Amino acid sequence: MSTGVLPARAAARHARPRLHPLRGAVPTAVLLLGAVYCLFPVTWVLIAATKTPGELFSTATLAIGSGLWSNIADLLAYRDGVFLLWLGNTVLYAGVGATLSAAVSALAGYALAKYRFPGRNLVFNLLIGGILVPAVVLAIPQYLLLSKAGLADTYWSVLLPQILSPYGIYLARIYAAAAVPDALVEAARIDGAGHGQIFFRVALPLMTPGLVTVFLFQFTAIWNNFLLPFIMLGDDRAFPLTVGLYTLLAAGANQPSLYNLILTGAMLSIIPLVALFLTMQRYWRTDLSRGAVKS
Amino acid sequence: MTGTKRSGARVARAGAAPYLFLAPAVVLFVLFMALPIGYTIYLSLRRTQVSGLGLGRGSRREVFAGLDNYAAAIGDAELWLGWLRVLGYGALVLTVMLGLALIFALMLDTAHVRLARFSRIAIFLPYAVPGVAATLLWGFLYLPSLSPFQGLLELFDGEANLLGAGTVVYSMANVAVWGGVGFNMLVLYTTLRAVPREYYEAARIDGATELQIALRVKIPLLTPAIILTTVFSLIATVQVFTEPTALRPLTNTIGSTWSPLMKVYRDAFVAGDLYSAAATAIVIAGIALVLSFGFLRIVKNRAFGEG
Repeated sequence: MSTGVLPARAAARHARPRLHPLRGAVPTAVLLLGAVYCLFPVTWVLIAATKTPGELFSTATLAIGSGLWSNIADLLAYRDGVFLLWLGNTVLYAGVGATLSAAVSALAGYALAKYRFPGRNLVFNLLIGGILVPAVVLAIPQYLLLSKAGLADTYWSVLLPQILSPYGIYLARIYAAAAVPDALVEAARIDGAGHGQIFFRVALPLMTPGLVTVFLFQFTAIWNNFLLPFIMLGDDRAFPLTVGLYTLLAAGANQPSLYNLILTGAMLSIIPLVALFLTMQRYWRTDLSRGAVKS
Repeated sequence: MTGTKRSGARVARAGAAPYLFLAPAVVLFVLFMALPIGYTIYLSLRRTQVSGLGLGRGSRREVFAGLDNYAAAIGDAELWLGWLRVLGYGALVLTVMLGLALIFALMLDTAHVRLARFSRIAIFLPYAVPGVAATLLWGFLYLPSLSPFQGLLELFDGEANLLGAGTVVYSMANVAVWGGVGFNMLVLYTTLRAVPREYYEAARIDGATELQIALRVKIPLLTPAIILTTVFSLIATVQVFTEPTALRPLTNTIGSTWSPLMKVYRDAFVAGDLYSAAATAIVIAGIALVLSFGFLRIVKNRAFGEG
């Protein structure tokens, strides 16, 4: 690290730094090492999923195999196509859950940012305090309470507890405060618009980019969640991919002939989210520290 | 352009509107946060009393147990071993993950870095990989029969096994570091981007090197964000569950009560003892809160106590 600092020091003495050919070499190299570390397992599984069970143990690590289509066909045929069901369930849980979460966060964030009313700080602190509550304190009683309501082991049991997002409300409040000018709200009021109309016609369009971010964070959180569905669900036809993959692993870990099935499953469960992640790059913002620790 | 700019002005005369807007969030909060927390506390104070042989209806009833479950949780040797394991694992994950995140964020913010966009996206990519899938990928990469590292390791130690009793904790920590470094890097980098460039220009004119600027200007500016990411990582690490659970099928070195949360799961759903599971869950939550607030206090005294 320190070797790269020497040219920087030499250059800094002059008012306009001369461009040294090695400038930026050290940070570039460090970041590329980090990139290789982070991409390696993903690249590996993309390659491993193309190998037949025989090739998996015999060919070079990064040599592409010949079994991709037969692996996918095997996986889709596994227990009457339960894998596709898991994929569909995950899309449903994450899609519906994150949409509702963004809607609830938008309403709450807007109210907290644009109105002054008794109890405002109390409500905000309670909702935000949820960030600090460990999932463990919630998941078991949520299971028991939903069992009493007859909802355990149903789609509802995974969907409902994941709608409220303290972080989403926090972000929505920041976006509402920054993106919706008070003057605009007041002008709409003078024109005779009601509270609901102002929210839907004026505030919501302005808040949309921020709400996409809220949606993406919650979508990822639900897609990746393991503990909650693991506790809630017994019927494997309601499983999301994470729990399904786990059962696949638990069933096949001692049978090397099933490894290609597991690896193909892992690959297919990563691709949708990675694709979403790469196409929605500009919406991934993490301004969570701004204002959070100001006091 | 509007003539008057009243930054603090809010829409007054709200009436019931803000409460209606907040109603869905508050209802969800009550049903899925407040009620479960209350119910956990209630359960943690109860136990089953068995009368007679414990057969038939009415022979088991729930009675008040006071703090017995807590006493049992605190005196439970198995749980303490879990805490020790998580302590070692957590110290490893937190220092390596946040250290790397900080280094990467500072490097991204350097003036002449190349391919920064590619590296930033690549390092953040594991955030999109579910913990179970991440553990599975690395787990297979650790398996002696598949691991590309195996040949290299055997040069040093013929018996090398990345899933062995002595190594598994490092292997597991690596999964968590891999999954979390990008998110934390992005938080720190976003904070750095918000700093006006003039700060650094001023330091440069005073003759500071890039390293000095990083150490004396950027890191102090990052302190609040570092504290925040540490607290969040701490809370997540104390309740580690996914990585050890998903790694278990691949190795026999991880017990079913490796982490405290795994013990809660086993108590509740395998042993069927909800009451001690509830008490243990409250203890875990308490420890998470004490650690976070303790950390915040220490940091505050360090950072602002001298002034």
